[in-house]
Amino acid sequence: MQRFLVRRFFITILTLLAVSAIIFALARAAGDPRTLLLSRQADVADWDALGEKLGLDKSYIHQYGIFVRDLVQGDFGDSIAERRPVIDVVGERIRPTIELGLAALLWSTVVGVPLGILGAVRRDGIFDRIGKVIALIGQSAPNFWIGIMLIFFFAVRLEWLPPSGREGPQSIVLPAITLGWWFVAVNMRLIRSAMLDVLDSEYIKLARAKGASERSIIWKHSLKNALIPALTFAGISLGSLAAGAVTIEIVFAWPGLGRLAVDSMIRSDYPVLQAVVIIFTLIFVMSALLVDILYAYIDPRIRYA
Amino acid sequence: MAADAAGGIIAVPESLGARVRMVVRRLRRLPLVPVSILMVLVVCGITAPWISPGDPVNGELSDRVLPPFWEGAKYLPKTVVEEKAIGQGYRQVEIGSSDFEEAVAVEEARAIEEGRPVREIGLGDQLLIKTRDGGSTKFFLGTDQLGRDILSRLFHGARISLIVAAITLGVGGTIGSFMGLLSGYYGGWVDELIMRLVDIVLSIPILLVTLVLVASLGASFELIVGVLSLLLWPLFARVTRGEVLQLKNMDYVALARVSGAGSLRIMVFHLFPGIFNTLIVIATLNVGVVILVEASLSFLGAGVPPPTPAWGSMVADGRDHLADAWWIATMPGLAIALTVISLNLFGDWLRDTLDPRLRQLN
Repeated sequence: MQRFLVRRFFITILTLLAVSAIIFALARAAGDPRTLLLSRQADVADWDALGEKLGLDKSYIHQYGIFVRDLVQGDFGDSIAERRPVIDVVGERIRPTIELGLAALLWSTVVGVPLGILGAVRRDGIFDRIGKVIALIGQSAPNFWIGIMLIFFFAVRLEWLPPSGREGPQSIVLPAITLGWWFVAVNMRLIRSAMLDVLDSEYIKLARAKGASERSIIWKHSLKNALIPALTFAGISLGSLAAGAVTIEIVFAWPGLGRLAVDSMIRSDYPVLQAVVIIFTLIFVMSALLVDILYAYIDPRIRYA
Repeated sequence: MAADAAGGIIAVPESLGARVRMVVRRLRRLPLVPVSILMVLVVCGITAPWISPGDPVNGELSDRVLPPFWEGAKYLPKTVVEEKAIGQGYRQVEIGSSDFEEAVAVEEARAIEEGRPVREIGLGDQLLIKTRDGGSTKFFLGTDQLGRDILSRLFHGARISLIVAAITLGVGGTIGSFMGLLSGYYGGWVDELIMRLVDIVLSIPILLVTLVLVASLGASFELIVGVLSLLLWPLFARVTRGEVLQLKNMDYVALARVSGAGSLRIMVFHLFPGIFNTLIVIATLNVGVVILVEASLSFLGAGVPPPTPAWGSMVADGRDHLADAWWIATMPGLAIALTVISLNLFGDWLRDTLDPRLRQLN
């Protein structure tokens, strides 16, 4: 177990270093990094000060060391477009993204889990079919297109919900449904197959034999066991959820980190962009690490593999 | 009779008719609809420059936002609010004199058609104003906000998607299977090194790192191909490694070594053919993934740069025109969804036919 954890931790650190090295190398590959990191209005004093700060007269290894040290200390420099510290610009965008992620996770659980259970209990029933259609769309249609189609029907045609922005609780409905769509599909499939396995097992047969009601068999005996894969999946999906948030936030003009990343790409606001990517990478690797630890805890076979 | 039937059963595999029947039975299970969709797609993509009815890049502004051929013209009732003498005594309506002239003409034509007297138009009268032309077969699926023919753009977009998918699968598949061969064949520290590299690449948020690449290097075709290949090779490496671990202990590999084959020869001529089917299945199942990621990138403006038509950026074009032109975003999205569904169904069939064991991987 310990060896597994140490190794897993090692990978996490290496991934973070790899991503930071890519970002560092790209900034240096563009020539003098100050052309990327400073706005056009910067004067000679700013130019020299940044050169001093980044250690541009020293070796690349040394410069990379300074780069990593600044990252660890949360010093991302100043935003070019907004002329204030990156940490402030990014800070405002974290909350909307977390809200969106949680709402998507909530809806994918509330819809995905019951659909999975009903699909397993009544195979090929109406709910099983609805679930299959949702899954088919979720796996093949691009999420941004699903979002645009939802805007078209529910905001433009029916005018039930706002098409974009983040004002009032109803504005989160469409983006959360879109972002959660794929996870509904996966959640449902996982629960369904886990339930089918459990329902077929010896101890369920025993429960039936001793006369337990169908309701208690499904909700008490089976679901508890079938939930394990779904819970682990919720952990894995944090990373993909964050990646999906980028396109969804663009579709719905949701003022979160993903939209900030794309806006910064378009505005060439390199300091902000690199900060957002670092944050997303952290979310990515941390959720992966969490899941692996959880897995190892649940399933001893992994620990000793 | 019974003896005849039994004899028949034994004789079946020998007769030609039965063999034909078996081939037909196999083919019947071939997912016909997805395969035909994919064939249409490939043909359209390859022949796009010749079969496109219009210009995919340059449009006439006078043709902009025309609907697909089945949509009729759209009229809105407006009230005459102001009387104003312009030119030959025409009056002005809410939205300009040229519209008014047309609206009066429409009203007169309708009156004649319905057999009622043509009336004088005055203040407060309702007139139908044409807000949008009807579709025509000249622009089969309509035009976008710059007057470009959407069908032609879809054909050229298919071309781009196919080229990107082919190159990335070629590059990523080759690198990945080679790494997997090395990793599985040599084991030890080589295996450890390559597999840790795979772990690291798989936990990089590729989409976001691509945004950084675009910000510093600019969007380009080569960049997309590079990023997608980077995304794909670890998948191939993992699967190949697993297969090689099973194959390398088989007797025929030991025999090859005894007869003097070198490591490279064993990997290329003895192990690789054994995993080829598996690689084909993995590749097919991932074409859809490549198309989806490419579409996401071009939707975000980080894909193949405009004016080259790509399906993702076409959806992005339509986002701002949902209220007046639903078809701009809908058509390319449908194309992506249909393509990916077909690819997944075809890939599933291929997996079940060539390599049923892979089912567990999903």
